[in-house]
Amino acid sequence: MTDIVAHSETIEQAVPQALSPSSRYKTEEFAARVRRRHKSESRFRWLGIGAISIAAVVLVTLISTVVLNGYTGFFQTRIELAITFDPEVIDPSGTRSADDISGADYLKLIRDALAAAFPEITSREDRRAVVDLVSSGAPFQLRQMVMADPNLIGTTKTITLLASDNVDQLMKGHIARSLPEIQRNVSDRQIGWVDALAGRGQLGTFFSLDVVTQNNSRQPELAGMRGAIIGSFLTLLITMVLAVPVGVAAAVYLEEFAPKNRWTDLIEVNINNLAAVPSIVFGLLGLAMFLNFFGLPRSAPLVGGMVLALMTLPIVIIASRAALKAVPPSIREAALGIGASPLQVVTHHVLPLAMPGILTGTIIGMGHALGETAPLLMIGMVAFVADTPTSVSDPASVLPVQIYMWAESAERGWVERTAAAIMILLTFLILMNGLAVYLRRKFERRW
Amino acid sequence: MQISIFLGLLLILTVAGYYIGQRRAFVVADGPISRLHSVPGYYGAYVALWAGLPALLLCLVFFMVEGSLLLRLVVGGLPDHLIAGYDQNLDLMRADILNLAAGITTGRVPDPELVAAAARYNFLHELGNWSLLAVGSAMALFGLVHARRRINCDLRARNQVEAVIEIMMVICSLVAILTTVGIVLSMLFEALRFFAKVPVTEFLFGLQWNAQASIRADQAMGAGSFGAVPVFAGTLLITAIAMLVAVPVGLLAAIYMSEYASPRTRTAVKPLLEVLAGIPTVVYGFFAALTMAPVVRQLGGSLGFETSAQSALAAGIVMGIMIVPYVSSLSDDVINSVPQSLRDGSYALGATKSETILQVILPAALPGIVGAIMLAISRAIGETMIVTMAAGLSANLTANPLEAVTTVTAQIASTIKGDQEFDSAKTLSAFGLGLVLFVVTLCLNVIALRMVQKFREKYD
Repeated sequence: MTDIVAHSETIEQAVPQALSPSSRYKTEEFAARVRRRHKSESRFRWLGIGAISIAAVVLVTLISTVVLNGYTGFFQTRIELAITFDPEVIDPSGTRSADDISGADYLKLIRDALAAAFPEITSREDRRAVVDLVSSGAPFQLRQMVMADPNLIGTTKTITLLASDNVDQLMKGHIARSLPEIQRNVSDRQIGWVDALAGRGQLGTFFSLDVVTQNNSRQPELAGMRGAIIGSFLTLLITMVLAVPVGVAAAVYLEEFAPKNRWTDLIEVNINNLAAVPSIVFGLLGLAMFLNFFGLPRSAPLVGGMVLALMTLPIVIIASRAALKAVPPSIREAALGIGASPLQVVTHHVLPLAMPGILTGTIIGMGHALGETAPLLMIGMVAFVADTPTSVSDPASVLPVQIYMWAESAERGWVERTAAAIMILLTFLILMNGLAVYLRRKFERRW
Repeated sequence: MQISIFLGLLLILTVAGYYIGQRRAFVVADGPISRLHSVPGYYGAYVALWAGLPALLLCLVFFMVEGSLLLRLVVGGLPDHLIAGYDQNLDLMRADILNLAAGITTGRVPDPELVAAAARYNFLHELGNWSLLAVGSAMALFGLVHARRRINCDLRARNQVEAVIEIMMVICSLVAILTTVGIVLSMLFEALRFFAKVPVTEFLFGLQWNAQASIRADQAMGAGSFGAVPVFAGTLLITAIAMLVAVPVGLLAAIYMSEYASPRTRTAVKPLLEVLAGIPTVVYGFFAALTMAPVVRQLGGSLGFETSAQSALAAGIVMGIMIVPYVSSLSDDVINSVPQSLRDGSYALGATKSETILQVILPAALPGIVGAIMLAISRAIGETMIVTMAAGLSANLTANPLEAVTTVTAQIASTIKGDQEFDSAKTLSAFGLGLVLFVVTLCLNVIALRMVQKFREKYD
């Protein structure tokens, strides 16, 4: 190697003017330049790989943050207590009337059961502290049991009650025992009782789907997504019923029938712009127009669906137009050639062929609508709703808004609930997008 | 209740109309159906349209006017002292009547006249629904019979049905324009009410923003609390941070994907970016508040900077990540539409790939890329959830990314969601901000879309 270089150098010195092309590429200077260029080439390439890795790392971090915080939301700490359904407390008059039973002090039953479990507790303060181990929803659970079966009165049964949020978080390790007592919501004595209960096998953390099946609540350990899931479903139903027919019809008109003139240009520019208008603006539109002007109900899936329909309409139109454009003109010409009217050409031939593309675009648009939060805040869907909505005009919440509300709440228990709710939302989104991918794979046609 | 009966009845009549019309066409043809002008199905559709459409239109009109008409009828009959008792605040009275009518009781004992008004409202509401049911069904039935009678061999059913369908399609495509008009009108209308309370110049150039404090209308009104400059500055700061993240990462990713990556890598990486694009913004907001903000705070603290818990930096970075797929997919399209001949020419001169990209492709694609970046900026300005959850509401006029700032969208979201009162400057300020937001993003979008389109046309 060195020989050749040395050789070429001697030639260069000998006849500098008449440098042959092949030898010019062998100069040291040239080699250095090529090396530099190749180095910058690979540097540039690595920049690209780096950019993609950043995106991948963030995605993995995001998903793992959600899953690591959220999986404990599918577990719940429960306490087993031997509850004596004392007739003196529930129904002192012995009438068994529904009013008496529903108005009784069920907390006292729990207090008595805990006092029996910990006979060493005597001070008032401690008695109050030990009741805090049990969720504030527990008395309602007992009331419901007794309402359903009044024969329970007078018996003693082992009942599994939900533990309070603090105990739940302690058991899951989210409240560190090593913290000084003043910095955690659970006192040392309470930890002692929890450990005692756990030692006796009366307290444990079990898998639970409460976060999916329960309605919303102010208490993290009681809160679930049921109302929000149904609210989201109703909202999306309205969105779909409004956006899909209107969007497909508009796309068909613009793509197949509309003359090319200023008006259709204006409509087109309009649709492209609407697709890029911030979603919160649609919320303000819904507030000023649907709520204030037309007087439609606040917080209702009806209005939410209408706002989201306006928002997804451009997406549906653009996707449908692309799908219609992909159908080759020969199909139209053949149909026209055998005497079909323009509308028959579209409805009998073009639309069926474009349907898979339209469906895919629609599902993706619906996915957007399912994850959208800001416009729904504007029309009052942020109100606390404890019931499951039964119609489209009932007040309701939807999944992303529920996530937002839970994320804004302070107690530690809400973090895992929020993350678990995000897992549920992402599951729905994955299902929808999976369906879109499946449809595209299955029905895609290359002409 | 009556409404669902009505809609069900309408559906049944429409479907029945289709079959009746079709059958009638066969009967009228009396032999070979080639004697008919149109295929029998069109006669069916003709009857169905006559049965369904007029009644449906009636129903729509009813829904649009019912609410306000009822209230006007009820409020009109109320004695003056009651109206005076509400301090001329008719909105509040209407809300009370509606609540009473819906059976929602508040703590205070309602005025008996108000209860009577609520009962009257309920009565009129029932009456309206029943009359809709009666009139609408009669209309549908009449339409059905009328259309069936008109069927004969020479009726141009196809032409008429197609004309109606085409009109419906035109109306559908006008919805987009109506939406824009609706946005402009509602924003303008409410914003003008806001500017009647707060001068435009103060809103646009004032340096003090304190909308949250003025809960009651008589509080802190003239004290310069609606100067939106800090809000605009905060928006710009967060947008700038987001762009610093999104543009390099998104552009480099797009270049790599379109110029370097093998088809296999592309099929592996594309879904990754699509997933990033499909994650709801509320999830990004959660991530920003839970993970990014503490990281930024610790980093800032360890470097000796004073960092607030809700920093512009955390929100900006996460927003940038959210926009990466947007930038990359738009610039991917743009780069791919640069003709291959330019690349080939450059390679033939001995340029390496990166030299080709930097010196040939990017300059050629520049207008398109600038357009893509402008669209991304418009999206960053309009993004709500991340800033609401991670950037906070304190309107600081600062360029320090480690301090808490607020944005236009975060202010809109926080002002509207709690408040129902429509007369306070606080609520109306949201519409002032919304108008600015809409105008700015609209300008960005129009210019950007035009740039991208011009760029496309150049190489088509």
